[in-house]
Amino acid sequence: MAASNPSVFLLTVNGNIEGANFPEYDNLYCKYCFVYGHDWAPTTGLEEGITQIASKSSQASHRLIWNFPLATTFKSTNPSGWPQLVVSVYGPDVFGNDVVRGYGATHIPFTPGQHTKTIPMFVPEPTWRLQKFTGWLTGRRPEYTDPKVVAQGEGREVTRVHSQGFVSVSFLIMTKDMKKMDYDTGPSGPANKPSATSGWSTEEQP
Amino acid sequence: MEALEDGEEDEREALKRHLRAERQKRKKRLLEQSSLQKSRDADDVKDVTSIQQYSADEGPSEKADDSVVLSKSRTGSQKVLCAPGLTSITQHTHHLDDFVKRRLEEKLKAARSKGESLQDKEASLEFPSRLHSLKDRDTVTRFDREADADRAGRRDSPSPLSTRVRFREAARQVGKGLPTAEEAFNFFTLNFDPDPPDVIETSSRRRQKQRKTTDEDEEHEDVDEDIQEENETQSEEAPLVQTQEDLFVIDQSPQDFLEIKKAEYVGYQKLLQRQSELLFTPSFRTVPTSIKLPENMKPRYLEDEGLYVGERPPVSLTNENILENRILKMEEGKKWFGDDGRIIALPNPIKESSTRPPLFHMEEALDPALQTVYRKAVKSKYANLYIAGGADPEGDYQLDVDVSGLIFSHHPLFSREHVLGARLAQLYDQYLTRQRNNLTGHLTDKLNGLRNALRNMLESHSGLNPTQALQQRISEYNLEVRNTRHLRDSEQEKDRTLLKNIVKVWKAIKALREFQKFTNTPYKLYLRRENVDRVSDEQDYEDEILAEVVELEAETEEEYQNKLAEYKKRLEEWKLCRKKQKAKKKKQKKKKKGQAQDDTEGEDEEQDVSESEGPTDEPPPKPEPPERPDLGSIEQWVREKTLRIRRKPGEAILIPELSASANITASELCPRAETARREDVARRSLFTKILYNDKEVSRTDSRSLNTDFRVHFGQIFNLKIVNCPQSISLQVFEEIGSSCSLLAQVFLPVPEPSVVTGSVPLEEFEFSSNQRVMFDHEGVGSDVPLSFEADGSNKQSLLTSGKVSCCVSWGIGDDDVPLAPPISQQPGGVHSGMGCLDAVSYIGASGLYDMKKIGEWARQSRLDPNDPKNASIMQLLKVASSGEVTAPEYFRLEHLQEEFNFVTDEELEKSGRFRLLKLRNQEVAEFRNYKFIPALEREVTDTVFQEYEKRLKEGEVIDTKEHLDSHRALVAKYLQKIRESVINRFLLAKHHYLLSDLVIEEEIPTIGILGINLFKLAEPKRPLKPQRKERKKVTAQNLSDGDIKLLVNIIRAYDIPVRRLQSNKPGQSSHSALQGSIGLLDQIQVRPFVEVSFQRTVLQTATADGPNPCWNEELQLPFSAPNGDYSTASLQSVKDEVFINIFDEVVHETVMNDKNRGKSIQTHIEKRWLGSVKIPFSTIYSQSKIDGTFKVNTPAVLLGYSKEKSHFTNSGFDILRSLSEGTFITLFITVDPQLVPGESVREKIKEMKFDTQEDERLLQASERFERDAAQRYPERPCITTVIDLSGKTVFITRYIRPLSPPKELLDEFPNNPLEATPLVARFVSLIPSLPDQVSFSATCDLWSTCDQFLTLLAGDEEEHAVLLCNYFLSMGKKAWLIIGTAIPEGPTAYVLTLEQNLYLIWNPSSGQFYGQYDTFCPLQAVGCLVNPDNVWFNIQQYTSPMRVSFDISKAHLWKPFFSRTFSHPGLSSIQPEELVYRRTDRAAAAELQDRIERILKEKIMEWRPRQPTRWNRYCTTTLKQFLPKLELIRGQDVAEGHRHELQSLLGDYRISGFPLNLAFSEIRPIIEAVYSTGIHSVQASNVEFALAVYVHPYPNNVMSVWIYLASLVLT
Repeated sequence: MAASNPSVFLLTVNGNIEGANFPEYDNLYCKYCFVYGHDWAPTTGLEEGITQIASKSSQASHRLIWNFPLATTFKSTNPSGWPQLVVSVYGPDVFGNDVVRGYGATHIPFTPGQHTKTIPMFVPEPTWRLQKFTGWLTGRRPEYTDPKVVAQGEGREVTRVHSQGFVSVSFLIMTKDMKKMDYDTGPSGPANKPSATSGWSTEEQP
Repeated sequence: MEALEDGEEDEREALKRHLRAERQKRKKRLLEQSSLQKSRDADDVKDVTSIQQYSADEGPSEKADDSVVLSKSRTGSQKVLCAPGLTSITQHTHHLDDFVKRRLEEKLKAARSKGESLQDKEASLEFPSRLHSLKDRDTVTRFDREADADRAGRRDSPSPLSTRVRFREAARQVGKGLPTAEEAFNFFTLNFDPDPPDVIETSSRRRQKQRKTTDEDEEHEDVDEDIQEENETQSEEAPLVQTQEDLFVIDQSPQDFLEIKKAEYVGYQKLLQRQSELLFTPSFRTVPTSIKLPENMKPRYLEDEGLYVGERPPVSLTNENILENRILKMEEGKKWFGDDGRIIALPNPIKESSTRPPLFHMEEALDPALQTVYRKAVKSKYANLYIAGGADPEGDYQLDVDVSGLIFSHHPLFSREHVLGARLAQLYDQYLTRQRNNLTGHLTDKLNGLRNALRNMLESHSGLNPTQALQQRISEYNLEVRNTRHLRDSEQEKDRTLLKNIVKVWKAIKALREFQKFTNTPYKLYLRRENVDRVSDEQDYEDEILAEVVELEAETEEEYQNKLAEYKKRLEEWKLCRKKQKAKKKKQKKKKKGQAQDDTEGEDEEQDVSESEGPTDEPPPKPEPPERPDLGSIEQWVREKTLRIRRKPGEAILIPELSASANITASELCPRAETARREDVARRSLFTKILYNDKEVSRTDSRSLNTDFRVHFGQIFNLKIVNCPQSISLQVFEEIGSSCSLLAQVFLPVPEPSVVTGSVPLEEFEFSSNQRVMFDHEGVGSDVPLSFEADGSNKQSLLTSGKVSCCVSWGIGDDDVPLAPPISQQPGGVHSGMGCLDAVSYIGASGLYDMKKIGEWARQSRLDPNDPKNASIMQLLKVASSGEVTAPEYFRLEHLQEEFNFVTDEELEKSGRFRLLKLRNQEVAEFRNYKFIPALEREVTDTVFQEYEKRLKEGEVIDTKEHLDSHRALVAKYLQKIRESVINRFLLAKHHYLLSDLVIEEEIPTIGILGINLFKLAEPKRPLKPQRKERKKVTAQNLSDGDIKLLVNIIRAYDIPVRRLQSNKPGQSSHSALQGSIGLLDQIQVRPFVEVSFQRTVLQTATADGPNPCWNEELQLPFSAPNGDYSTASLQSVKDEVFINIFDEVVHETVMNDKNRGKSIQTHIEKRWLGSVKIPFSTIYSQSKIDGTFKVNTPAVLLGYSKEKSHFTNSGFDILRSLSEGTFITLFITVDPQLVPGESVREKIKEMKFDTQEDERLLQASERFERDAAQRYPERPCITTVIDLSGKTVFITRYIRPLSPPKELLDEFPNNPLEATPLVARFVSLIPSLPDQVSFSATCDLWSTCDQFLTLLAGDEEEHAVLLCNYFLSMGKKAWLIIGTAIPEGPTAYVLTLEQNLYLIWNPSSGQFYGQYDTFCPLQAVGCLVNPDNVWFNIQQYTSPMRVSFDISKAHLWKPFFSRTFSHPGLSSIQPEELVYRRTDRAAAAELQDRIERILKEKIMEWRPRQPTRWNRYCTTTLKQFLPKLELIRGQDVAEGHRHELQSLLGDYRISGFPLNLAFSEIRPIIEAVYSTGIHSVQASNVEFALAVYVHPYPNNVMSVWIYLASLVLT
């Protein structure tokens, strides 16, 4: 490979789906997938994954921990369509039906370094109140036709959602050859300060 | 230590040498030991135990010795460890080593001398080796840990690692001597795994040897532990195996393990197994010490050695075991264990006794230091968020509001005198202010200064010619002088007016007092006279006037000069113009004389010139010379002005002085009205409320109103604030008795943090109220007109107003700290004005971009260039005036657009990469899903665009080869264009989302569904007649190849033609040899089977018997979408068709006579085509299932076959023959899993509101009509508006209009118009069909008019139906368009006619017609009927044509669109008046015929690559003769005759064949059709073929193609 004249740049995403904060629900698992543009392709690592089912500890802490590792490398020629991480959380409802508990998406951070993101999660609302009831009864809540919908802006105006909790993800980002291709993502290197508090540690405080 | 450092190098050398020697020695000793071991074992054990028993009493010296013994065996490995890899750490340790060594040696000596008697022989025998071992680091470590914690801390962490590294290094060194280059590289780069992976064979073997010895040695020490000995060896084995395993792992790189796979199902057992791999449950069992320690190590007990260890924190044994097991599982687990084999632990931190002083007296007085102290609750930090950054919750802020007093400038209770008095006071105030500012004086001084400067300048340069710059300056000075003078004049004038006014008001007061005979106000005005020196004053006066006059004269003169110059210039121009005109006139005259020789060009030029001068022909008006200004009048004007605005020379200066010394008349002396007023005043009192952030925080005391209308409060309020100050305001209330009313509200500014109490003066804030108050006493009231003139004129209305004097400031704390929040919190900083002119208000915000205006403004406002406030503007102006930036003359909305363009448009055009990106964004078909657009320009190859450009070009040039006909080529091109425009529209519509596109949601169960569900509960589980259920639909996006299957269920067929027994004479059956061999002679009429082919997959059913076979077989055909794209749009554009062919299986048996083995029978199976049905995939996709009985397309003549007798009797109307004659097949076709059919674009397009020319009212009505229909009968198609080819919405009735069919068709049957009807239908059906769905990639219905249809010669069912309906109407029939559903087309259009009280249903694309009660009519449902006047919607119970009454006059059966309430608005048709037909072109038809024949012959030969294809010319010519006849009878009636003819001609041949009839559109479908009959697949060796083609031309290039295919086998 001609290192001096790269034709693609690489973006390595390591990290963790650390856990979630869903105050009302328990026994949840999380699916994740990456959504990216035409000019992107994953080179190594898994594009999609599903975590184990996690339940809350009986102690005061209300978080669900997955600590599910993410390790994917993308190559790309064009920053347009920068990959996004789409997470969707599922779990059983009162009747044991597996229902969706939240959708969320976030862009993979641009700058190399460590990042912690807290993704607010939401679910689509039933159109009618009656549907809400029947949905609750039958365990068939409205779902997106494709979880990847939450990573796109088009057509979202027709939906209504309500918020549902948080998923926190930590990223360790490396890039290669971005600078060489004249893409500057701002301050790079270790200068990047890792955010001191992760998503839920702020919530821990009264 | 230092000394040792110096000797370090020597030390190292010595160490190395020593080690080498040691190694040699050790080898020898190992051999010895192994032999000696057994004998020694028993002694050893005794020995050790005895020593340990001593140790408790004997003291440290004993222990040191003992440890030496114990460590002896370990030396083997440890010595090697320190060999060569001397890193910095080891260097460091060497110092320690030496230091420690010395101390140990000393200790050892002491111990030896003391305990010599206790040492046995063996110990002394091994003494030399012990001494050596003392030098080892190992002992050092021990000592180190014990000696001082500081060092231990340093040592502890690195040592295990370095030890390991060194060990490996040593091992390698031993094995190889020198490391290879690769190894060296690895050493520096690789991250070493804990276990040495790449140990070389020899070394590992050696290690094992060593380990063996260790084992034995360890046994000694483990004796005193009560661990089972059996386990020992086993557990020892374990790590060995582990290391072995690790050896293998290392060779593979991490990449080898990465593999991306689909998700797969994992069984429960497997899951458990996997979990067991992932999960680890530590055991409770005690871990043997040997595992916890590195190999070759014996546990050491520091305590036994007499060192203080401390008590470990209590941990239950099980927990400890669990922890140990867990740690051991980890890599590098061993480092957690100390030398004694236990987990390293700090001493227990918990003290035995409590250190806290005891509390004895719980009830009584505690020690004051221990007393609990009550602290008041403090507001949490977060409540303080209002004052952001107010980190200190204690740091409260204090705002002091000082309300001093209130003065009314007008009050309703003012008497007239008060009003005047207030005015006087006001004027006096003004006067005082002016006096203080003394603007006039300043300006006068400035003027004098300027004049002097000007004079000086002129004097100093009087001799010289003034330079440009100087002139500039002089003129500037002049300008300045003029401006200053103007300013001074106006100021002087103001001064004078003010003085006059004061005097005037005072006079009015005096008059009033005199008039009313009492005094209300204490005002008294004195005018002080100040005499001046008359002479000098006059002198000044005159000088001033003179100077001004001179200046003015100069100005006027200059102005005059300017004007004059202007005039002259104009005059010059005028003269020039005149001259030119004269010259031109002359020229023209000359020209008129004629100069024919002149060049035409020249003439043109002349003309151009004259033309261009044309407009200036008119002579401009002669300019008027300017008038000379009258200088005399100037002086007069100046004098007048001066007189007006200034004191006369010599007049005394008047200085007014206002005092409040007048006596107010006592109330008793006043008239009644006045007393009433005064009483009223006395009754009133005032107070103010202080509002902080719109909340009342405090209020002043109520103070009564004084007669002078001043209220003094003099109160200071200290506000402790928590919230950020937003607003502070005072509300002034007036109290009369108990009622109080709000007078006014005064807003006070929030003070700057620097404003603190004590440093600010009181400020006056004006207020006013617009309340209307009137009194019946002397009080003038408020907002009441009031006049001071005698005649009541010049009325004024005064409003209650006044001033509050107060101040707001920040308080000061005890320690002189201002209690103000930090500056940053101050909201809304005070806008500092930009000098005298504010730029924004001057030119407006929008003008800020206009450089010119800014420049203008800057010049006018005379910005101080040195003021830092103006720096940015001056900078801007500098740039602007440098000429770089020229303000454009046009207005632009996005004036910064150019700056935002990151490249110019040209570059964007040139760049291939940008082009690629752009095309992809536009979703151009070729680039829609283009991946990886290269990042760099040079990597974009031109080949990417080639195809696209080719297509663009092809838009203009269409390959004529494919189409055989230039006309069709044009049509194809036109269609292509339409398709593109529709696709573009569709792409637009695709970006329009509905909720159902995004969210899957359960539908609300209605009562009905609930009821059905309840009913279902009672249903039998397995009903006798199962019905097909609706399946769950699958969204197309998560599908891949192989997921979708096409299910074709072939149930049965009717009326399959039967074989005609081969005979020479008709009617007489003879047994042919072939059939006879089967046995069942008469029964075997036909053995049909069905072959289904789809997307290169061919499947067939079993063979059945008889003309009415029943297969009931399901065939599964895989489906793959184009390019693996399973999106809805892509599926909709699938053009593949399902071919269902019925074949007859014919078995030939030939008997082969083999001389050697007797007879053998060879069986040939031949399949003969009987008919076919083809169903496009798009229909299946959009319908999701196709279920029904279809008519099989059978050839008109099937040679060798005949139909069974028709069961149906013909009706009386002879063209009304029952058309159920023919073959039928019952099919069920569906796609598994069920795909969600794409939403038709029609609906989306409707949302997008296509433009239309229809009346809005009509559109609304049609929308309503359709909506009603859809609500009541959702199944029935209802169309009132359609979209024409240009994309406009058109009302459907406009398409229907009587249009005459081609004359030729009518001429065929001049006598019997009824005969012509089927011919017309046939003509229409011969126009090729082209489903919109396929061509437009979506279910988008575009309706073309009949002329467009005939030009395009392609259209779908609707166009056919419209044309046919129009023809029928013109032929005088009653005809309607039926909008309904049919199989297999789905929603479609048919034509209904009424003939002799019978309704006929015409299928426009096949030309067939059916009676209303025909069971095989493909039309399944009737939605609505359309004729030129109206649309009727079917509101009957049934939709099937058989059960529907077509009587449209009945309103309860058919709901009309236009009714009495909404009458037909007289819509004109969009169809042309008349259709123009091109005449039939027989020559072209003949040419086409030849070409088709040639191509087909080539193709058939191509399809038979193995066998020779022989053509029977004789047969071909015979067949050729039949074809025109077939066309004549429209293939409907098979003439028995021609077969006999053929039979007689061919005699010995067994012939099978059939004619195909097709509408001509392209050559490809013809080839397909021929191929699908499979006639080429006859394998018999002696087969011959016959192929005849006939093209029958119809008007307007409509062609009917007949192909006769036959295979002949010689019997």
